[in-house]
Amino acid sequence: MSLLEIKNLSLSIGDAPILREVELSVASGEVVGLVGESGSGKSMTALTLMRLLPYAARATGRVTFDGIDILAAREDQMCALRGADIGMVFQEPMTALNPVKTIGEQVAEGIRWHTKVTRAEAEERARKMLDRVGLPEAEFPLSRYPHQLSGGQRQRVVIAIACALKPKLLIADEPTTALDVVLQAQILDLLRDLVAESRMGLLLISHDLAVVTEMADRITILRHGEVMESGDTARTLSEQLHPYTRQLAQASMHVPERARPHGGAAGQPLLQVDGVTRDYPGRRVSLFSRAPDTRAVDNVSLSMAPGQSVALVGRSGCGKSTLARMILALDRPSSGTIRFRGETITGKRQAELKPVRRDMQVVFQDPYGSFDPRQKVERLVAEPLHVLDKKLSRAERREMVAHALHEVGLDQRDLDKYPHEFSGGQRQRLSIARAIITRPKLIVADEPVSALDVSIRAQILDLFAELNRRHGIAYLFITHDLTVARAISDEVLVMHCGKIVERGKTSEVLGHPRSDAARALVAAAPDLRVAIARRLREQG
Amino acid sequence: MSAYVAKRLATAIATLVLASMVVFAVLEILPGDPARLMLGMNASADQLQLLRDQMGLNAPLPWRYLHWAGGLLSLDFGRSYTYSVPVIDLVRERLAVSLPLALIALALSTVIAIPVGLFSAGRRGRAGDTLAMGTAQLGVAIPNFWFALMLIYVFAVWLRLVPAGGFPGWSAGAWQALRSLLLPALALALPQAAILARVTRSALIEVLNEDYIRTARAKGLPYRAVLWRHALRNAMIPVLTILGLQFAFLLAGTIIIENVFYLPGLGRLVFQAITQRDLIVVESVVMLLVAAVIAVNLIVDLSYAIIDPRLRNRQ
Repeated sequence: MSLLEIKNLSLSIGDAPILREVELSVASGEVVGLVGESGSGKSMTALTLMRLLPYAARATGRVTFDGIDILAAREDQMCALRGADIGMVFQEPMTALNPVKTIGEQVAEGIRWHTKVTRAEAEERARKMLDRVGLPEAEFPLSRYPHQLSGGQRQRVVIAIACALKPKLLIADEPTTALDVVLQAQILDLLRDLVAESRMGLLLISHDLAVVTEMADRITILRHGEVMESGDTARTLSEQLHPYTRQLAQASMHVPERARPHGGAAGQPLLQVDGVTRDYPGRRVSLFSRAPDTRAVDNVSLSMAPGQSVALVGRSGCGKSTLARMILALDRPSSGTIRFRGETITGKRQAELKPVRRDMQVVFQDPYGSFDPRQKVERLVAEPLHVLDKKLSRAERREMVAHALHEVGLDQRDLDKYPHEFSGGQRQRLSIARAIITRPKLIVADEPVSALDVSIRAQILDLFAELNRRHGIAYLFITHDLTVARAISDEVLVMHCGKIVERGKTSEVLGHPRSDAARALVAAAPDLRVAIARRLREQG
Repeated sequence: MSAYVAKRLATAIATLVLASMVVFAVLEILPGDPARLMLGMNASADQLQLLRDQMGLNAPLPWRYLHWAGGLLSLDFGRSYTYSVPVIDLVRERLAVSLPLALIALALSTVIAIPVGLFSAGRRGRAGDTLAMGTAQLGVAIPNFWFALMLIYVFAVWLRLVPAGGFPGWSAGAWQALRSLLLPALALALPQAAILARVTRSALIEVLNEDYIRTARAKGLPYRAVLWRHALRNAMIPVLTILGLQFAFLLAGTIIIENVFYLPGLGRLVFQAITQRDLIVVESVVMLLVAAVIAVNLIVDLSYAIIDPRLRNRQ
């Protein structure tokens, strides 16, 4: 019998149905992937297993874990299971730890609670667990606080908490989504090792098919709270019998159709960055001394031709966003110059930058955070119009917004809506509409699709490609996701520790990386095609 | 940590100096001549001039400020114009009532509010929460003098447990003195507790939505343990802020309650001093309160750093 058996599970919150007749099972030592797009009910399934659902939620059906009927269990029985037999790892490592308690306290707390051992003994076991997840004592004593750790390190602490008592089942809900690809590969390796060590069952929840394919023996695909298909990972994904499975797999590997790639064409470059460096002053350590400066961007030079699409890739914290901010004239370089269409923009005053801002726009990662929720679309999309020299009448403004919405595949009727009335993908379309309304020559896009589901991501990539074809807009994509770089860029720049360590044609750099940093990125980046092939090979 | 403490301390001292200048300047600008007030309307110009010289009122402004501020540092607040006794003696006598009253009220308010806040946040939206918060709403709305009268009626007139008013002085014994402060402290504390309970509840509810609460639940801690161990400490920052503000109010803003209970507190002293134009007393009490508020804020700021390790390394 399986460790975990879900039969006929339905869930509703208030009147809204969330899950419909979900079936799923996980055996000891098995990795099961639960895949679906946002809102498909993956996280709710996990919370049902832990019985940590919102107050108004009602679940029916049967969930059996290790012989215990979860839905009928008393709260104190659940408390005894949680953290001891079932561990859970969450998506957002930055907020998953209590900021006012040390990591030692937080790991030891569950151990003490369940086993009633002394504080000293619990701390000793916490110490061992932290060593096991790759946080050695010399660098990470128990007395560290979460804010002193990076995102990847914090996720290791969360894993240590979840696995401290060697649970029979670990539920990992998007455990690597907030991390860069290299950290992701490390965390996935750690999870794989923990499963092998103690024959733990792992339910891995993810929106990323490639990640699940690399990890999971079996896969269950969820859509709108219903199981679409489930079975052996390699077979399910290679045969793609169910239309939704096919749709997901194809969207994951989608490459938009593009006009002939732009080379580094002759003529005047659109953007030229020469020897740009950005130092941040070190923290003051006493009244008279400071820690040395931090060099976020170190002597970077690059140039882009009109209409060219360039991807700037690198791990989190490598300086790519700082560089982007300087190109957008939102931050000043410590040294070096940036020229846009032949005109130097470094050191200019805000008023003088107006014409530059018109030709250079930005799209941010988070389509939720980048709009004022109390303003209508018409105002939001029209925001950049103030950089135009001409004063627009209300009718003209409305006309321009309507046109921009049309370009990104939205409707005229959307003009008077508020941001919350749109889905994540539509909101990203809104931010693209906002960026193209001034007819810019360059769009800087900072992780523009990483918050989106795969099918939406494919549509947005298509939209970028189409706007490039139609209006010759050049793009600078800032991303840690090589799939995006591969899909839509002509050239790739690999950034590492503030420096550009490799550059060249996308297919060359990503196909045959030469620098260590680029090799590490390529090796760590999950690729669905490669992962399926590897699984099939392993299974013979 | 030490950098944080040093910075807070420096800010507190600078604020105190600045505040003393403002207090001094404002009272200089106000109309009304203390010398004339002391001598009455019929005094001759020579007499007036003589007294003004004696009181140092004719010296240049900066010199007078320094003299006054220097006096404050050595607890020499000058002599009251109306009572002709050292201001420090007046203040000390009144503080012996007001300080214990404020402290008892603050303690009562905290002891009532935090459990109520925890209770309500834990049962958010259910009957217990609605009832507790409805009562708190009532507590905020009822004027404290009315509430004080009700307390006198029930506990002093009807049950005869405590005196209805007056203060026997500490010389009558600590118990007697405390007994007469009990009702006023309760009257002061309840509206404060009502506000504090609402703040505690909303701070807790905000914290309970944080991801790390879910992490703690996933460890197997029961809801109540999560509330005490993880939520409360994180919710303390807004609670402490309000507590600091309340202490300042309780020390000086108690004039109505002092009147209802015939207590010789600081509030009544200031009120009398203002009506009698006893500016030196007003000045001294205001400075004392400013110093108390700044000290409380300093303590609150330092407690932030004890609660939240992220603040310790910040400048």
